[in-house]
Amino acid sequence: MKLNKHGYFYLVWMAIFIAIPLLMVVYFAFTTGDSQSISSFSFSLENFKRFFTPMYLEVLNKSIQLALISTIICLLLGYPVAYIISKEKIQYRNVLILLFVIPMWMNFLLRTYAWLTLLGKNGIINFFITRLGFKPLDLLYNDLAVLLGMVYNFLPFMVLPIFSVLTKMDNSLIEASWDLGANKFKTFMKVTFPLSLPGVISGITMVFIPAVSTFVISSLLGGNKTYLIGNLIEQQFRYTGDWHFGSAMSIILMVFILISMALTSKFDKGKEGDGGGLW
Amino acid sequence: MVRKNISRIYTALIFIFLYTPIVVLIVFSFNNSKSRGNWDGFTIKWYIQLFSNKEILRSLYYTLIIAIVSSLFSTIMGTFAAIGIYDMRGFTKKFALNLNYLPVLNPDIVTAVSFMVLFKMAKLELGIVTIILAHITFCTPYVILSVLPKLKQMNKHLAEAALDLGATPFYAIRKVIIPQIMPGIVTGALLAFTLSIDDFVISFFTAGKGVSNLSIMIYSMARRGINPVINALSTLMFLTLMVLLLIIYKRSNKEEAQTIEN
Repeated sequence: MKLNKHGYFYLVWMAIFIAIPLLMVVYFAFTTGDSQSISSFSFSLENFKRFFTPMYLEVLNKSIQLALISTIICLLLGYPVAYIISKEKIQYRNVLILLFVIPMWMNFLLRTYAWLTLLGKNGIINFFITRLGFKPLDLLYNDLAVLLGMVYNFLPFMVLPIFSVLTKMDNSLIEASWDLGANKFKTFMKVTFPLSLPGVISGITMVFIPAVSTFVISSLLGGNKTYLIGNLIEQQFRYTGDWHFGSAMSIILMVFILISMALTSKFDKGKEGDGGGLW
Repeated sequence: MVRKNISRIYTALIFIFLYTPIVVLIVFSFNNSKSRGNWDGFTIKWYIQLFSNKEILRSLYYTLIIAIVSSLFSTIMGTFAAIGIYDMRGFTKKFALNLNYLPVLNPDIVTAVSFMVLFKMAKLELGIVTIILAHITFCTPYVILSVLPKLKQMNKHLAEAALDLGATPFYAIRKVIIPQIMPGIVTGALLAFTLSIDDFVISFFTAGKGVSNLSIMIYSMARRGINPVINALSTLMFLTLMVLLLIIYKRSNKEEAQTIEN
């Protein structure tokens, strides 16, 4: 229809603001030298060598572990809710699902910060615990608090895609399964769940990616005790000023995510084959 | 019946989990004490102080300006880009779609540091311009992703007919295509606005000294304790959005009722 030329401006824009910057990050990752003067750069694998030492690998390992656990918790908590809401009558259903979107209108940092009020030493939860006659608990500044922050912030990202797949599902398939003698449990395992897998997969990616790369949640709720790869990258770019090492870690994070997404999409056979195939 | 009650209780628990921090925030915006730990009586002084706190008002102003400008620009660019991509074929289309997915799927910290590297290497001074450029770039893909499905549902022959009857491509887009894909454009614009207003990571790495939006301000305050004025401001913003939502909801219900009556 000769309309394709309207897309080219955008392609140029994205080349300048997405492709070139990423290539620059790759370039920084494979060089060393003074970050401020390009002429001093020389090719080197030093940044990667430095990362693949026990100290940094442990940080990466911890980030992956926490992200995986929070993704699993989000799935276990989120799937039943998405399922329950999808079975409600239409007028309730839309309101209920909107209730998952509304919290996002309050600043994400503030909502995370509010947990400090709840979990702190003199916080609300400890207030009730001491009232009941128990000793106050150390709820804040540990891995559990970071995990809670991740689940809290990213749960809607799990519920929304699963919900949208479940509501679009053809009900006659489920009825057919009942008619053919399967009980409710079997119908769920053999029909509903497999059909909802595309939603589950996009939920998993939408929770895992921000969780593995966060630095805000860990620095607010983890204090200085939980140090994740996001914190390492932030530190290199904002404080230490070693862009080369920071870039190398960004590339490692990116490649790790690409690999894990390629692995998850293997399970997702029903994916729409319309572009985005590379990812 | 027991089953139904269990699912009701479960859903309620999840919502309590989601809303407790928000309730805490709102309640503590009326707390007389400045520390977040203890409750010291009801007050509205933070709401009064809000209107004289220049620093916070300036961050609010920056947040809104950034969100309005970048959502407007990314909606326009995204709509035209989506129309263009829809009409592309073969490799170019695949390439464009993949390029579009890149910032969506890349962790935002990686996108953010790459912006920072670009702006610093281009010797651009970090400030409101760089934040807006970065926001436009990370919001546009979402506009495109909300417009593209509407383009696929659209009746293609209408636009072709307009072109055959002598309309210029731009006229055909304006008069034939855009009216058909309007819901997608509105969704995209709202999404872009929300993403921009709630963003922290991208702004944090692309903002210079002196310019800060609300998120950056909250992050820098978090270590030494957040000024309750921020709680008051967020409560007001949250309630404004809720009221707007209610109005829209009531209206669309009314319209639905009317169309059914007719």
